[in-house]
Amino acid sequence: MNFKHKYVFLFPGLFVLIGILIFPIIFTIRLSLSGWNSYTPEMNFIGITNYIRLFTDDPRFWESFFRLSFLSVTTVILQYIIGFALALIVWREIKFKRFFRVIFLIPMMTTPVIMTVIWRTFFHESLGPVNDLLGNLGVEPILWLSDPVIAKFTVIIVEVWQWTPFMFLLLLAGLLSLPKEPFLAAAIDGASPFRKFVYVTFPLMAPISIGAIIIRLIEASKIMDTVFVLTSGGPGTATETSSFYIYIKGLREFQMGYAATLSFTYLVIMIISLTIIAKVLTKLMIKK
Amino acid sequence: MEKLYKFLKYTFIILWTVFIVAPFLWAISTSFKDFQSVNSKVTYIPWLDFEPTLEGWRVLVKSPARGGVDIVEPYFNSLFVTCTASLISIVLGTLAAYALSRFTFKAGFVRNNDITFFFISQRIMPPIVLSIPFFIFLSTIGLLDSLIGLVVVYIVLLMPIAVWIMVDFFNRVPKELDETALIDGCNPYQAFYKVVLPNSIPGLIVAGMFCIIFGWIDFFFAFILTFTEVQLLPVKVVALNSSITPWWSLSASALISVAPLIIVAFVVERYLSKGNLSGALK
Repeated sequence: MNFKHKYVFLFPGLFVLIGILIFPIIFTIRLSLSGWNSYTPEMNFIGITNYIRLFTDDPRFWESFFRLSFLSVTTVILQYIIGFALALIVWREIKFKRFFRVIFLIPMMTTPVIMTVIWRTFFHESLGPVNDLLGNLGVEPILWLSDPVIAKFTVIIVEVWQWTPFMFLLLLAGLLSLPKEPFLAAAIDGASPFRKFVYVTFPLMAPISIGAIIIRLIEASKIMDTVFVLTSGGPGTATETSSFYIYIKGLREFQMGYAATLSFTYLVIMIISLTIIAKVLTKLMIKK
Repeated sequence: MEKLYKFLKYTFIILWTVFIVAPFLWAISTSFKDFQSVNSKVTYIPWLDFEPTLEGWRVLVKSPARGGVDIVEPYFNSLFVTCTASLISIVLGTLAAYALSRFTFKAGFVRNNDITFFFISQRIMPPIVLSIPFFIFLSTIGLLDSLIGLVVVYIVLLMPIAVWIMVDFFNRVPKELDETALIDGCNPYQAFYKVVLPNSIPGLIVAGMFCIIFGWIDFFFAFILTFTEVQLLPVKVVALNSSITPWWSLSASALISVAPLIIVAFVVERYLSKGNLSGALK
């Protein structure tokens, strides 16, 4: 089937998307070569000065980038393990199956920032229920939001709560679409549940797993809402991610030119690293 | 062994359920508290631990002039932006997805898969990268702090999702379906509109739900690109957070904001159980 009509179907969407995106991208590149800030809000040309500053004199950006990598990789691994376990459990017959399925889906339907506002009261160090309940058990109050190390884990807890359902949904949809024959064969061979998982379920699920992990990594790399409300990047810069740092430079300190440099570099790093991760995961998981 | 496995299984899902439900229970309880019961010590159960009041909920419908939090207008703004952007994204995304699934495109080294990847890869774009140019762009054309400006930005967020789900879905709709329609004398548009589309309703619903979820929950663009004229729900609720924190109205408004989409969880589960979703999501 080939028609000249095919363009009528494709072009509206394609051109709207390109039309909306082309300006911001070209503009960001151009802006990154300028010294636009609150004193000189104009598009002058200062060459690659901003890029030199980024690569030689800005450890805070690189720290925030590694922090982001740590946070997103940790949360995605946790989400994958928990999400897969939950999906496997409600895949088979179980009491109240549909009730559990609905419950497990709910967090992803809630607005992250709004739930984070609730989480903030939840983890409040003197008036929140977590420390109060732990206190009843004789545990010293934990500094959920003001200790640089613990604050990272608080962010991870909230992210896992929020987004495990998405992983769960993708994996459960995958499990439900698997063919029945391999499982019957395994049952006839009398394979134990564990061996069944290792030799049948997991390999069959590998392509779906890769898809789900990559989708989640892409979304997790944008962690921003949670951090913004929960800790505002603090204490100090303990939970500051790349996006948040760019936000501070650009829209709080109005160093637009430099923020554009950061943005563009960040985008390039994201595209390259996600492509590499996708390739590596595909190799690792499909081989088995 | 079997018994232990079963015990662990149920313990795990019950613990997870408690973890999921905990913040909601806390928010519900808090929304009925007053200053005293929030600030003196931690309280949980109404009547037993504290005397419940409806103040937190009453504030939501009062006008700001009388000390209320006007949440009705942001609610409708959010609804409008989400629905408009979702609708446009679904229409354009579905058309593009159909083209990518049925026809062959060639332009230099670019093939169908590359075009599909281009659409989907827009999700990689970190919001912050777009926000600065959009801020300047929208302020130049005077659309900063307006609903239309937000709709334009949200299309970028949502169209990749629509294309992603619909391409996979159309790939599963047998090609014979449109071929038969063409032989019967339909032109390609009629074949699409009269035959393929009615068979794609599950896919469209899933795509629609995902667009609505990701539109409704966005905070960042609404936060950067609007100020006072237009406020979306998440921004409004977070703004409550930064003032002296009246936890009761905060909890009430948070609950009211997340409530509508929880219905979506039930719809998703229905599709999951009927087996329609597995096709649309893989």
